[in-house]
Amino acid sequence: MTRAALSALLSHWRRRPGQLFTLLLGLALATALWSAVQAINAEARASYDRAAGSLGLQRYDRLVAANGVLATEDFVALRRAGWRVSPVLEGRAILGEAGPPVSVVGIDVLSAPPGVLPTALAAEGGDLTDFLGEPGAAFATPELVQRFQGVAGLPELRASAAVPPGQILTDIGVAERLLDRAGEVSHLVVLPDQPFGQAPLAEVAPGMIREPGTEEGEVARLTRSFHLNLTAFGFLSFGVGLFIVHGAIGLAFEQRRGTIRTLRALGMRTGRLVWLLLAEILVLALAAGLLGIGLGYAIAAALLPDVAATLRGLYGAAVPGVLSFDPVWALAGLAMALAGALVAAFQAVFRVVRMPLLASARPRAWALVSTRALRGQAAGGVLLLALGLTIPVIADGLIAGFALLTGLLLGAALMLPLVLSMLLTWGSARSRTPLAEWFWADTRQQLPGLSLALMALLLALAANVGVGTMVGSFRLTFTGWLDQRLAADLYVSAADEAEAAAIVRFAEGEGLGLLPRASVDLPLAGAPGTLEGLVDHPVYRANWPLLLRASQAWDRVMSGQAVLINEQLALREGLALGDTLALGPGWALPIAGVYSDYGNPQGQAIVALDVLGQRFPEVRPRSFGLVSGGEAEGDRLRARLLAETGIASGAVIDLAQVKEISLSVFERTFAITGALNVLTLGVAGIAILTALATLAAMRLPQLAPIWALGQTRRALARLELLRSLLLAALTFAAALPVGLAVAWALLAVVNVEAFGWRLPMHVFPASWAALLGLALLAALVAALFPARRLGRTPPAEFLKVFANER
Amino acid sequence: MIRPSRLSRRRLLAAMASAAASPALPQGFAGLGTDADGFALPERGRRLVFPKDHGPHPAFRIEWWYLTANLTTEDGREGGIQWTLFRAALAPLGPDGPAAGWHSEQVWLGHAGLTLPGRHSYGERFARGGVGQAGVVVAPFEAWIDEWHLRQHAEVLGAGHDALDRVEVRAAGPAFAYDLSLRAEGPLVMQGDEGYSVKSPAGQASHYYSQPFYRVAGTLDLPGERITVTGQGWLDREWSSQPLAETQDGWDWVSLHLDSGEKMMGFRLRDRAGPPFTSATHIAPDGDETPYSDGALALTPLETARVAGRDVPVRWRAVLSDQGIDVTLSALEPESWMGTATPYWEGPVRIEGSHGGRGYLEMTGYTAEAG
Repeated sequence: MTRAALSALLSHWRRRPGQLFTLLLGLALATALWSAVQAINAEARASYDRAAGSLGLQRYDRLVAANGVLATEDFVALRRAGWRVSPVLEGRAILGEAGPPVSVVGIDVLSAPPGVLPTALAAEGGDLTDFLGEPGAAFATPELVQRFQGVAGLPELRASAAVPPGQILTDIGVAERLLDRAGEVSHLVVLPDQPFGQAPLAEVAPGMIREPGTEEGEVARLTRSFHLNLTAFGFLSFGVGLFIVHGAIGLAFEQRRGTIRTLRALGMRTGRLVWLLLAEILVLALAAGLLGIGLGYAIAAALLPDVAATLRGLYGAAVPGVLSFDPVWALAGLAMALAGALVAAFQAVFRVVRMPLLASARPRAWALVSTRALRGQAAGGVLLLALGLTIPVIADGLIAGFALLTGLLLGAALMLPLVLSMLLTWGSARSRTPLAEWFWADTRQQLPGLSLALMALLLALAANVGVGTMVGSFRLTFTGWLDQRLAADLYVSAADEAEAAAIVRFAEGEGLGLLPRASVDLPLAGAPGTLEGLVDHPVYRANWPLLLRASQAWDRVMSGQAVLINEQLALREGLALGDTLALGPGWALPIAGVYSDYGNPQGQAIVALDVLGQRFPEVRPRSFGLVSGGEAEGDRLRARLLAETGIASGAVIDLAQVKEISLSVFERTFAITGALNVLTLGVAGIAILTALATLAAMRLPQLAPIWALGQTRRALARLELLRSLLLAALTFAAALPVGLAVAWALLAVVNVEAFGWRLPMHVFPASWAALLGLALLAALVAALFPARRLGRTPPAEFLKVFANER
Repeated sequence: MIRPSRLSRRRLLAAMASAAASPALPQGFAGLGTDADGFALPERGRRLVFPKDHGPHPAFRIEWWYLTANLTTEDGREGGIQWTLFRAALAPLGPDGPAAGWHSEQVWLGHAGLTLPGRHSYGERFARGGVGQAGVVVAPFEAWIDEWHLRQHAEVLGAGHDALDRVEVRAAGPAFAYDLSLRAEGPLVMQGDEGYSVKSPAGQASHYYSQPFYRVAGTLDLPGERITVTGQGWLDREWSSQPLAETQDGWDWVSLHLDSGEKMMGFRLRDRAGPPFTSATHIAPDGDETPYSDGALALTPLETARVAGRDVPVRWRAVLSDQGIDVTLSALEPESWMGTATPYWEGPVRIEGSHGGRGYLEMTGYTAEAG
């Protein structure tokens, strides 16, 4: 019996391979987008863990100096006072002639907590002796080892996958030399096992601040919002995909009502039938899930290089551009596919359970929904919308931002059918000819069947408008900001004091404006931050992008009476003009201005360079801007600078390069959002296609009378196309305001939470037009196939409708 | 899971330890001998000069300041402490002497142990030379690593006193600390031939002297408990450059305070390829030493205990017939396991037999595999 039932149920798919394909495709696509995002997140997370694991140092509390700088003597003094601490010296250095700077991390193996060295040291026959002596040994990714092959003056580089990309892990003695910071210590790691009866820290090191360790690394914390963003997109794509699955499964159940009734009449128990149906769904979901994981892997592999570049550019997080296969996200993807299919099938299975044994097997209009049901759904939408709008009012944070987005999108989607129905009624009331009236009425009648697909389209369109507006607004603001802020023609970083002096001499000799800059890392309002020192130069006064300014802001900053802070810090700490910011023991300044500082995840403050120098005598300017005054070209100036000072060419970048780099970082940041956007739109297109295709088969009884009244098949097909375009256009009209609301939520809520900056909103009607075109195209393409089939349906089929009243 | 860094440390320590026990190859004519790697070699007939030789000898590969003390608490419990500072040179000295800063070739290692009945605690420290985290200076004498120290007492002693006659020692681990002051009641004792101690039939040797006559008083700090103790201490100083021979698995070493006032030092180097090599020094109550070469001392395990997954002898018979010494040594606490990067057994023993007394036993090279 079971076997016969199974074969009866499955024969449906044999007879309708298109439907099977739709179901599999929908679920596979949903799974693919979801698992692509998961794969990218997993890869990034794995590399953060590697970074945290190879050094493992974030886990431990650390001691930093209140005045920013520690020396080897401080380490020794603490050890001799009975505190088990270990020194870390880290910084960025340009090694050799070429390429971007690398991060150098120096540790003292003998005092470091256990587990900080890569296994390679033990595995590759390396001896501690090699690591401690000169030239020493260091660990880096194979790529970096390759890059520095043959570069003189470096320690012996050993490849280790455990070291994060872009980093060189070495002995502190070697790091001193590479960073040219002899005798310095960035911070001290506090080991977990402290000796019995030690003196309190306040007694032995009064000038130090103990910062608690974190389970996740600094990078993981900073990038959390970025990954949450991606996950949200993954969910959106998955949701859109589920619309397809829901539609396909619902249809399959409706079409098998007859089979199910027969099976029940033959004595099959409902429970067993439900199990069979569930098993069928699980098998289909498994197949689709596997397909989706494969697809997802391909998508992730294609997107990962851009994501890696984003993370590197925006957060300094090192993520490899190559995807490794991790069974965890694959299994998660599969689970999502199964769960999604079950959710989509729930309604259908529920209906089978409740179906009376002798219920009529007459196929009803599938998913016939009354106006009342539409109203109920719309009411749900309003509720969701209200909920989404309320949450950010009562709660803070990124999650609240996403709740707002979810409420907006889902609420709007649920309200869509009612809105469309009302629009169509309105159109119907204004139609002059019977055919037009039939067209409006028929369109309305199809609405229930198409509503899921149209809701998917609305989601995709609204997300597209929203994200497009956000990215566009950001790009406009960002390029304007870059133009303002990058005022110098050349940017040079000096490797040491001698180079710094050479740069100053060169600038004086050439009569160039010199903008030296020094910075020191120190905690700002309790979180890692930087304090920058700038000189008083008209270029800054004219160009520095201040969002808020007190009167005579620059005069006060340059005379050491005030400080400027970046927007991130101001928003995070709720600081306003005139508030006081503590910069160290006994040093606090009022805030005279807030500047925008896109791309920097940390808090930053600016004081006059000489004020910084007084507080931190050991911090010397190492980065210089050269202002030519207009006539000299960057290239020529650069060539002369290189020739006269002997600075490594990698240490000099000109304005155009900086802009190019910044913009490319920017573009890459949103490359993934753009890609997911397009893919989501594609999924929505497929949803419409499948909905139309399945409706087409059922619509014959409705079309036959019109045909019988003299409309040609071709005319009917044209009407079908027109209908699809009309619905797409109406949906777009509904999606546009939703999209703008989404954009506002992204700019004013999500961005502020995720990145710490608020952006002005710009609108881009041209891209809306393009999107409308795209939506119409998708609808047209989706309707083309069913319409063509209608146009070619043999008249006999139409006749059968009358001959064979079902 | 074996942590890689521990593995490396273990390797380092193994190198240090093997270098330690060990005895130089035939050498030593003009006193300028160096081994193949460029380290200095001990020379017979070189008179040790104090206080200079209390200080480090960075041209040698390995060196230690090794203090043990048998203690009695106020309420009559017996126990002991160990305080050791190892120095190892990872590379021979350059022409300019020890390198400064992080690039120093000198590595330091501290071990501290505390044993009471039913309890054994230990601590371990690593440090690099060159930055001041660990080291030894001669005047005034101080050997230190982190907050641990063994240093000359501030009390001013008259001429004729050695810098090590009055010292104080401190160490602390995660669950213990001790502060003891030590006063020597006898002279320094040269081991072997005037401080030239031969370690193998092939003639490998080290420079080796001891101060076995310490009276000890001080406190032990345990969580929630401060214990006043008194007792006897023994300081060993030794430096050399040669690693153990391939076939040498480890050693058993004892320092004995006999109730008669006599002292005895003895060790046995176990050799897979042949009989163990033994050596002993008998020290009369006035400090007169009598060195004994291979074969004079018989050290025989009587009973083993399962400690840290291996069978370790915790009862021994020690016979030095020439001095009429025939005693059994029983571990006060069989679990005196030093679970340090290179693990070994080190703890106080009780002496019974021809003589009564107390002493310290150290056993290395008992591997879990060898069981």
